[in-house]
Amino acid sequence: MFSSALLLLPPRSSFLQQRKIKGKVAAKIKTERRESPRSLTHRPTRSSAAMTSISQDADREKMRSVSVDLNNDSSLLIDIPDALCERDKVKFTVHTKTTLNSFQKPEFSVPRQHEDFIWLHDTLVETEEYAGLIIPPAPPKPDFEGPREKMHKLGEGESTMTKEEYAKMKQELEAEYLAVFKKTVQVHEIFLQRLSSHPVFSKDRNFQIFLEYDQDLSVRRKNAKEFFGGFFKNMVKSADEVLISGIKDVDEFFEQEKTFLLDYFSKIKDATAKAEKMTRSHKNVADDYIHISATVSNIGAEDNTALKTHLEKFSELLEKLRKVEGRVASDQELKLTELLRYYMRDIQAAKDLLYRRARALADYENSNKALDKARLKSKDIPQAEENQRQCLQKFDKLSESGKQELTSFKGRRVVAFRKNLIEMAELEIKHAKNSTALLQGCIEMLKVN
Amino acid sequence: SRKQLVPPSVDLPRFLFRLCFQLSPTSPEPASLPAEDISTNSNGPKQEILLDDDQEDLFAEATEEVSLDSPEREPILSDGPSPAITPVTPTVIITPRVDASMFDRSPDEDEEAEENGDTFDLQIMVSDPEKTSLNLFNRNEFTVKRRFSDFLGLHSKLASKYLHIGYIVPPAPEKSIVGMTKVKVGKEDLSSAEFVEKRRSALERYLMRTVNHPALLKDPDVIQFLESTELPRAVSTQALSGAGILRMVNKAAEAVNKMTIKMNESDAWFEEKQQQFENLDVQLRKLHASVESLVCHRKELSVNTASFAKSAAMLGNSEDHTALSRALSQLAEVEEKIDQLHQEQAYADFYLFSELLGDYVRLITAVKGVFDHRMKTWSKWQDAQVMLQRKREAEAKLQYANKPDKLQQAKEEIKEWEAKVQQGERDFEQISKNIRREVGRFEKQRVKDFKVVIIKYLESLVHTQQQLIKYWEAFLPEAKAIA
Repeated sequence: MFSSALLLLPPRSSFLQQRKIKGKVAAKIKTERRESPRSLTHRPTRSSAAMTSISQDADREKMRSVSVDLNNDSSLLIDIPDALCERDKVKFTVHTKTTLNSFQKPEFSVPRQHEDFIWLHDTLVETEEYAGLIIPPAPPKPDFEGPREKMHKLGEGESTMTKEEYAKMKQELEAEYLAVFKKTVQVHEIFLQRLSSHPVFSKDRNFQIFLEYDQDLSVRRKNAKEFFGGFFKNMVKSADEVLISGIKDVDEFFEQEKTFLLDYFSKIKDATAKAEKMTRSHKNVADDYIHISATVSNIGAEDNTALKTHLEKFSELLEKLRKVEGRVASDQELKLTELLRYYMRDIQAAKDLLYRRARALADYENSNKALDKARLKSKDIPQAEENQRQCLQKFDKLSESGKQELTSFKGRRVVAFRKNLIEMAELEIKHAKNSTALLQGCIEMLKVN
Repeated sequence: SRKQLVPPSVDLPRFLFRLCFQLSPTSPEPASLPAEDISTNSNGPKQEILLDDDQEDLFAEATEEVSLDSPEREPILSDGPSPAITPVTPTVIITPRVDASMFDRSPDEDEEAEENGDTFDLQIMVSDPEKTSLNLFNRNEFTVKRRFSDFLGLHSKLASKYLHIGYIVPPAPEKSIVGMTKVKVGKEDLSSAEFVEKRRSALERYLMRTVNHPALLKDPDVIQFLESTELPRAVSTQALSGAGILRMVNKAAEAVNKMTIKMNESDAWFEEKQQQFENLDVQLRKLHASVESLVCHRKELSVNTASFAKSAAMLGNSEDHTALSRALSQLAEVEEKIDQLHQEQAYADFYLFSELLGDYVRLITAVKGVFDHRMKTWSKWQDAQVMLQRKREAEAKLQYANKPDKLQQAKEEIKEWEAKVQQGERDFEQISKNIRREVGRFEKQRVKDFKVVIIKYLESLVHTQQQLIKYWEAFLPEAKAIA
């Protein structure tokens, strides 16, 4: 069931109490056919969800809840039913339900921090075996900076507005906090679900530890950091150059993929940024409606001419409209901006796969050179031959699984885009119809007057 | 003097000329002017907002006795009081004319050169001419050219004639409209076209309000302004700017306050109204600021939507899955259309809503000004009484001294001041009456203006939403077609 969250407010804002946030994010998971391509899930979030009307919201949420194709294997079901936000840290409750013997219990929950997710992601990246797979992108750090700044500004501007206006702005901001919060929970959840629904990753030992280990993971994390350090990160940077300036790939498929992914990445990155700006402007417009509605209401209250009713109705209408506008903005963010953002990261993960393959190819070529040298010197030939054989094997394995992964990735992407674009269009239509009805109703009333 | 109560019926001289203006800067075809097909916008040749639409008695509100033959009115009106005349509706169309000369800075036209978008064609059409027995105009249809400074000149003349007797003279537009409106302009810079349009619209509204004022319409300066082919050049635009006048009014108000006139307000109506207008002033300014912010954000939204549309198009081109690629291109097209929508809505936000508020902020300053003039008038009357008292005392003293010349002079001075006291009282009564009538008219107009604009604005919002439905409904099958 979905119950809304109370938000903890950052220490900077003195005018708000520090409260603990208990966010119970619904995980209404429908089991679906395993074959369905993994699609990007968007938990319906309603940035203007009221704090109090819990049950109503729950029902509506159910209707709108998007089926989660990822969590479709009942042998391992994962969700994040709960999250706590304390100061800047978010604590996720990771809940697992499993029929697999590899786990000690059939059902259990553990608290995890964002850093734990990063640790898990990094270990997967570093695992040689997984070089031929697209590693699901790590969830981004929870970022409350946007609403926090706005909250700060609101505090400063408190004296310029009426009590009602201020209350409404605060309410709107709290909804924004909630939206960010829900988004971050969702994105962490999806990460885990991508792993659990993947035939290889779901069996990963570290994944299991992540799900099951009931102690703090921070010790392991520290060790891992020392071991891996910034190793891979550095590699990525140089790999970019390798990929870009590298020789044309003999394999047509990979050559095409390389060209496509490089270009697509830059385009989708740009589109994500632009979509974000667009959504923010939309929110600004909705906020302006709040101020306008409040002032019109004040003028109406003091008016004693025939204008009074007009002003009151106008103010009421604007208040209703701004809620719709807010929803348009947040739906757009979810269906469009988040979609683009997610696939931007996913494409980066696909690019990483290409880098690893390129590296394997380089290794193979180096091994060839070493073999030739060895043959020339008539020294250490068997080792060199063995090395060459292994490199070739690794490269072939990488190429084979890489091809598979990239193909299914494309399918996944197309399905996700389709779903979200359809949903976005439908929501836009719904909101516009709603707005039209509100407006026309008001106009009718005013014309009669 | 004959006093007559004002019933809401026909027998009174009404102001029959509803001049409906269309003021456009003189230009051949303003292609760069924004969106031609906006039905809800006041762009383009036909102005939809006619502030005085119906034939109602403009004096209906005034329940005070109005003297038809009061001496004050005679010098003001060019013609004498006229018999009842059937209403006539002249229309005025002001079209923009952008001469090349407009942007040239010729040395002897320095004064005018600073006003880009300076010359306007003012086209006036008097309909139903045969019904006119009051010939305010010589012709039925005519066009004149007017400069921005001419408008300012007109206002300054009217202000000097009428403000001090309590008429609410509509304020002229600011000289620098750019500075006045804090509209942050998006993708198009404050192009001359947009600037000219803002100015044109402001002038049109100004002229409309002036001409809707029953007394002002008959003013010879107004008629000359509307009719003459050649207007004498306004002397100094600096002093005549709308802002200048307002500054004058405000200074007067401040001076009055500083004098701390403790007026014995015998009439609660004035106290009430003054407070009302104070409050309204504060609220309207706040509202205006909020709406300006809305305009700004809406323009930003438009710009960002356009930018996203381009980006989506690029993404669509890059996409190698054919159906998805097509859908993304379609999305880009939809967003482009939506960007246009936002822009149009921003214009509606501005021209319908924001400008109305700006006008009323300035109008209320004028209203407060006349209240202050009343205080000054009262003060002058009181001063005269004090002076009279002094003269009487002086005369009494002289009675006992043996100075027949001085006594005579004192007696004359007393007569002089008695007359001044009487005049002061009459002036005060007159301005009070005028203000009551003016405020009644003003309030009625305000109610009408806002009612009309609210509905028009809501209709503009409806239009936008309906277009959105159209665009997204067209896109939906494209999205569904992704296989």
